[in-house]
Amino acid sequence: MKTLAELEAIRKATLSRINLRTDEKSETTRVVIGMATCGIAAGARPVMLSFMDEIEKRHLSHVQISQTGCIGMCRLEPMVDVILPGKEKVTYVHVKPEMVPRIVAEHIVNGRPVEEYTIGAAEKN
Amino acid sequence: MKEIALHLLDIVQNSVRAGASHVDIRFLLGADGVLEMGVKDDGCGMSAELLDRVRSPFTTTRTTRKVGLGIPLLMQNAMQTGGRVDIQSKEGEGTDIAAFFVTGSIDCLPLGDLASTMASIIMGSPDKPEFALRCVSPAGEMSFSTETIRPVLEGVSLAEPGVVQWIKESLEEEIEPIFGGIMK
Repeated sequence: MKTLAELEAIRKATLSRINLRTDEKSETTRVVIGMATCGIAAGARPVMLSFMDEIEKRHLSHVQISQTGCIGMCRLEPMVDVILPGKEKVTYVHVKPEMVPRIVAEHIVNGRPVEEYTIGAAEKN
Repeated sequence: MKEIALHLLDIVQNSVRAGASHVDIRFLLGADGVLEMGVKDDGCGMSAELLDRVRSPFTTTRTTRKVGLGIPLLMQNAMQTGGRVDIQSKEGEGTDIAAFFVTGSIDCLPLGDLASTMASIIMGSPDKPEFALRCVSPAGEMSFSTETIRPVLEGVSLAEPGVVQWIKESLEEEIEPIFGGIMK
């Protein structure tokens, strides 16, 4: 059974991590997921939860996940933008939960976008 | 959509965008096998004129495009089971939308992963509105509200991954005994 006591423990652990975050003064990396009707129908929900899992697993407290609406390229959904501080936005298309660990490890942690998953690669074909 | 729970994720965005401060979500399964999915909010509501054309795919309040498929797709999936969608709304007071699914129909979608949907909804709008969920079936009932956990979390956002995980797992535990038969 999940209890409120557990939630209280999660709060404490999170707070200490947040304090660490302000100490390091690290800037936020943003992950933005398309969650309009088209994105949801194409499978955005498991993608978003995979990002959450992966970020929690690696304790990446400087990463912020948010949602956005339809940007008019419904055929490319699920779409995810990853914005590293001071870098250009990278847009991933047709994202599946299996692709998320690689995006997190290579792009968010190591700063190298996964070219083959990006909109640039998809539109070449 | 492949799940009724995905329709919820989609339709709730309407309440969020309507500026609601409370969104009450209900899933009521009767002994007759009819499942009601309802979303009641205290957002801006709709005028009689907008309410009149909100079922059309060519109605949307956004300005970037002329189509909006959330409600039409929900209607299609409810009606193909022999069910329906009711919408009540008053400008300045809020909206209550209810979709009825005949779960015994071969064309009925599975309820799907309601816990994941709630986690995604809360993650997307962690500060406002407050979300409440109530599930009732002949097998039992449960309720959940962001208002009850917010005081415990004092100073920590509901969107923190650890918190979202807790919400998802705790809902999974509570929903399974109630809707186990119609989830997949």
